[in-house]
This record gives sequence, structure tokens and C-alpha cells, in this order.
Amino acid sequence: MADRKIRVLVAKPGLDGHDRGAKTIAAVLRDNGMEVIYTGLHQTPEMIAETALQEDVDVVGLSILSGAHMTLFPRVKAALEERGMGHVLLTGGGIISKEDMASLADVGFVKLFGPGTRTDDIAEWIQTAMEARWKNEEVSG
Amino acid sequence: MSNIETEHVKNASVKAVDARATWEEAMRGAKLRDAEFTSISGAPRKPLYTPEDARVDYANDLGYPGQFPYTRGVHPTMYRGRLWTMRQFAGFGSAQQTNERFKFLLDHGTTGLSVAFDFPTLMGYDSDSPRSLGEVGQVGVAISSLADMEVLMDGIPMGDVSTSMTINGPAPILLAFYIACGEKQGVDPKLLRGTVQNDILKEYEAQHAWLVEAEPALRMITDVMEYCSEHVPQWNTISISGYHIREAGSTAAQELAFTLANGMEYVRRGVAAGMDVDEFAPRLSFFFDAHLDFFEEIAKFRAARRIWARKMRDEFGAKNPKSWMIRFHTQTAGVSLTAQQPENNIVRTAVEALAAVLGGTQSLHTNSMDETLALPTEKSVKIALRTQQILAEEIEVTHVADPLAGSYFVEAETNRLEEEAEAYFAEIDRRGGVVPSIHSGYIQREIHHSAVIYQRAVEKGTKKVVGVNQHVEDVDAAPEIEIHRIDPAVESEQRERLAALRAKRDDAVVRSELDAIRSACKDGGNLLERFVSAAHAYCTLGEIAEVLREEFGEFHEPSIF
Repeated sequence: MADRKIRVLVAKPGLDGHDRGAKTIAAVLRDNGMEVIYTGLHQTPEMIAETALQEDVDVVGLSILSGAHMTLFPRVKAALEERGMGHVLLTGGGIISKEDMASLADVGFVKLFGPGTRTDDIAEWIQTAMEARWKNEEVSG
Repeated sequence: MSNIETEHVKNASVKAVDARATWEEAMRGAKLRDAEFTSISGAPRKPLYTPEDARVDYANDLGYPGQFPYTRGVHPTMYRGRLWTMRQFAGFGSAQQTNERFKFLLDHGTTGLSVAFDFPTLMGYDSDSPRSLGEVGQVGVAISSLADMEVLMDGIPMGDVSTSMTINGPAPILLAFYIACGEKQGVDPKLLRGTVQNDILKEYEAQHAWLVEAEPALRMITDVMEYCSEHVPQWNTISISGYHIREAGSTAAQELAFTLANGMEYVRRGVAAGMDVDEFAPRLSFFFDAHLDFFEEIAKFRAARRIWARKMRDEFGAKNPKSWMIRFHTQTAGVSLTAQQPENNIVRTAVEALAAVLGGTQSLHTNSMDETLALPTEKSVKIALRTQQILAEEIEVTHVADPLAGSYFVEAETNRLEEEAEAYFAEIDRRGGVVPSIHSGYIQREIHHSAVIYQRAVEKGTKKVVGVNQHVEDVDAAPEIEIHRIDPAVESEQRERLAALRAKRDDAVVRSELDAIRSACKDGGNLLERFVSAAHAYCTLGEIAEVLREEFGEFHEPSIF
């Protein structure tokens, strides 16, 4: 398990072009030893789910600063499920209020990160969550 | 000189040498704070600047306000003649809601309008496009046709206000809506004043709201320049913007260099399209960021004026002094605001705004304290405007033009930024120009690297941010601030409005207007002229943009991180 690399898709749903955060996170996750795929901008939920499937990722991280997260995040989740990718670890970040974070947790985005988050904290959270998942798979499998 | 005088001068210079040696000795032995003494852009800083660091030839490098090379400002009187325009960017939800915010701002003393559009509008999609789902009215106002523009400007005398529209890819289409709207109000286009951002190069480099490929996008920009120089002569046809480059993570020097490189590219295009440089260059305007590093920012504004003046006169052969002057709008740095302890952002914004004023800006937007959390509330917008009014009216800084000229440090910083910008111009030339440097991802990579370096510095604590890595408070103890939300009904109402519009208009006219645009794409006719005509027929933004996408092809970004 130690040499298994976490595969992460960093994605930009919607029309918002602010990719400073997404690209910075992508670089930091890569520096933390993960395999990172970045979708580029202006992605529909279907495009993101398709890339997640093609790249067979473990984690999908969405970055959004347009305010459209309440519409787009659940659609990404649904598009992933339609493609048999409902198991991926979902996370994300952007300008998302606490109440919205709580509602999105109910649809599977258990952890979302707001402005001012340390990038290493995000890497660490993904690492810990994935290790816990893989440990469970070993136990149950 | 008498012997006594010679002796005196000699003694003074011996004393100066001694004094310097003594000071250097003291510095070597001194215990300094454990800090990284660099600019916010990471540029090394000396502990002291002296005349040796600030080599300026007064007449050639500084001059007088209103005179070449304009380092000291573009107007002879500077703020004694006229204060900067307090122009607060606003736009959200429906055209009607934004219209109400505009009237609120005008009532509170704002002197120019500035329109923020939502992402669908910025990307050339109608509010009822599937691509627009969840985004209508979120970060700006949704304008899908002339009908929305009529609501936006309702009750606002278009011949009297100046309006800045932050839009790029579809800028010529939105400008057409504005011109048509003015005509419907009975205002001659010759009286319309304002600016359309229309700076597509920095979209590819940093902000990423584009419509079509670079070459046809540049052609549309020259179409706008040509059309406006004849029909809308008071309109600033482009606002060449460093703001988004800086916000995407660049250093001050990169902001300066890439912005001016883009500016020079537009000038080359205008000339290549057969215009005389002095025919369009006076209508070019610029837009910079005011970040937290006070002196580096002031120096950046001064360097921008000097570089542009030299390029325009000496390289492009412009004869009209108005072509040499860089007139710019400034916005305080959105990225410098913190979600933690948001009230502190009022102070950050005030410092940044003061740098813009001491740097001689022509207009200014001050950010509201709550913008990292959501759209600003009326209260926070008012504090931001009041901040400018305090700078303008209370603190007595407006009496003297370019007050920091002659500061050894500020002159040295101005020289440094000019040199760094020149090095970038040479590198971009070596790479075949701005467009090839975008297609290869060079410029985007430079910006991204700077962003990562800065983020790392903040996380290591070598760059300090109060509330983030210094003086941190328990997040849960932070006061909740009121959040401005967009009602989801805005999106459904926009869809209904569009459906009604599509049902009501004359389809045959719409089709023939769209066909005429398609032909102009192919045969090189002026597209803005076609868009104005199509606007009157209530062709929508999305319909016009779709023709352009089909004819010209979409831009594909090189994926870099």
C-alpha cells in the first residue's frame, strides 16, 4: 500500500476562470507525491465525470469561485454515479459559505475548504482519508 | 572656487565616505529581526537607499507632470485640477437589481458606473443556455440582449454618466447593446462616454473568459477601434489590464511587463490594420492592481507611465502627446483580502488605495471587506467608497503631484521595475511575440510559478498575513458577517424573460442579421457595425456569439500547473 499513489482529478466546473487556486493545489498535491490530472477550465459536470472515469482517479477535487456550487457540485456527484464512479473521494474548495458546506456534506462532499486554507492541510486530509479507505478495503477484501 | 571652499567640499565628501563606512559597520554588527527583507513580489530590498541607488536624469527620466515621459503624472495639475474618478465596480443578479445598486452608488457620490457581468455573459452564453446553469446573476449581472441593457440603464442618463464595462471576449457585442440602448434613449453615440475592457490577451494569460481564438479576437478589437474612432469618439475602446494578471499570482514586475507587452501588441495590430497610431492610441486606457507593497506599487505606476511614453514616442512614432500618456484605472487587490477577520480588510484596502493615489491613478475602485466571502453588502460597499472619500478629502495628500519623486528608494524601485519589464519584453520578442508566448503557455507559466512561490511563502510564514499566519484567532469565535446571496429566482426569471423576447421579436429579421454577421466574419466587414444592427433586432448575445464560435473556432488553453 505504501507505494500506491493517490490519483487526483482537480477540476473546474462551470464558467468561472479563476484557476489560481486549482493550479496551486494541483502543484502542491503533485509535490506531495500524488498523481494529479487537471481538467482545465469551463468543464460541465459530464466532462468532469468522464475524465474521472478515463483517468480512473481516487479523488475528485472541485474548485469554484462563481457561486454556482449548489447547482454544479451535486450534478458532478450524479454524473460520477452514472458512470459507476460513485466511490471516489469528493472534496473541493472556493467561496462557499458554512451553510452551503453543510448542505453539500449531505450529498457526499464531506470536506470542503474555504479561502485562507493551508494547501498542505488539503494534501494531508486527502492522504489520511485515502489511507483510511485503503485500509478498510484490505480489511473487508 | 576658493581654496577654503574646495577644502570644505573635500571634507564633506570624506565625511560622507566615513559616515557610510560607519553605518555599514553598524549594520554588520547589528542583530536584525528574523525576517525576509524582500518585496511582496520577492524582490530583494536594501536596508537603505542613497543617491547612488537612485540614478535619475531629472529632465529625461522624470520631467514635469503633464510632460514626457509622464513619470510624475499625466496632468499638469494632477489632483488640484480634478480628483480621481471614484468608480465602484458593481453588478449582480438581474439587470433591475443592478440598476438599483447603480442608483444607490450615484446617490452616495460615486462618479462613474462600472458593470460586473455574470460568467455566462462573460463567456458569451445566454441565461437560458445549458452552460449557464447555476451561474446566472451570481458574480455579476446577466445581460443577454438589448432588452436587459435597457433595464440596466433605465432612468440613468446615458449622455451624462461614464460607464465602464468589464467584459472581454464578447465585449464588442455588449458595446453594441450599450450603443443601441443609448440610441433608444435618444443619445447620440458621439456623446457616450465610458470604457469597455475588451482586452482579450490577458484573458488567455490570466482571467480566462474568452470567446474565440486569438487572431479573430484581435481582429474584432481593431474593428472596435475603427468603428469607435468614427462613431463613438469619446469611448475608450480597450482597457489593457494588469489587474487580472496580478490577481492570478504574478509579481509586480510581471504585471507591468505583460500588461504593457499586451498594450504594444494592440498598437501593432491597429497599425497593421491600416490605422494611424495617433488615430486610436489616445483612446487606449489601462487598468492596474494596487497591492499591499506600498512603495513597490507606487513605483510600478510611475514606471508604467515612463515605459509607455518612451515606447509610444520612440518605437511606434506616435506624435500626439495623448498617445504617449498612459491613463489608468486602479483596483485594490482582491487577493490581499482575507476570509479570516474580514474587518481587517478595510485597513488593507485603505493602504492599497493610498498607493494608487500617490501613484497618480485616474480612477479607483476600493474593494469591500467581505468580498472573499460573498458579494459585498450595501454597508461594506459604502465603507469602501468612504475610504476613497477620506483619502480625497481629509488627509491632504492631493495637493502635490507625484509626492514621492526624489525618494531614493522610490526612484530605485521605479528604475528596477522598468529594467525588469524590459527584460520580459526582450524574452517575449525572442519567443516570437505575445500570441506565441500565450499559445506555448510561457506567460501563464510565469504567472503560475509566482503564485505558487507566494503561497509557499505564506504557508512557511516568511510572508506574513495577519489573521492567516500571524495573530490567528479561533475561526469559530469570528463574528459572522452578513452574506449577500443571489436569489435562485433570478435565473428562472431570466429564462422567462428570454423566452418572452424570443417569442415576440421578428424571426426573419433576426435570421438576416445573424447571416450578415456570418458574412462579415468571412469577408472582413466591420463586425461592431453589424452587432449594433443586430442588437436593435434583439438578437441575443448567445446567438451572436454562436456565429462567432462557428466561424472563428474556440480558444483551447494549454493545460499547465
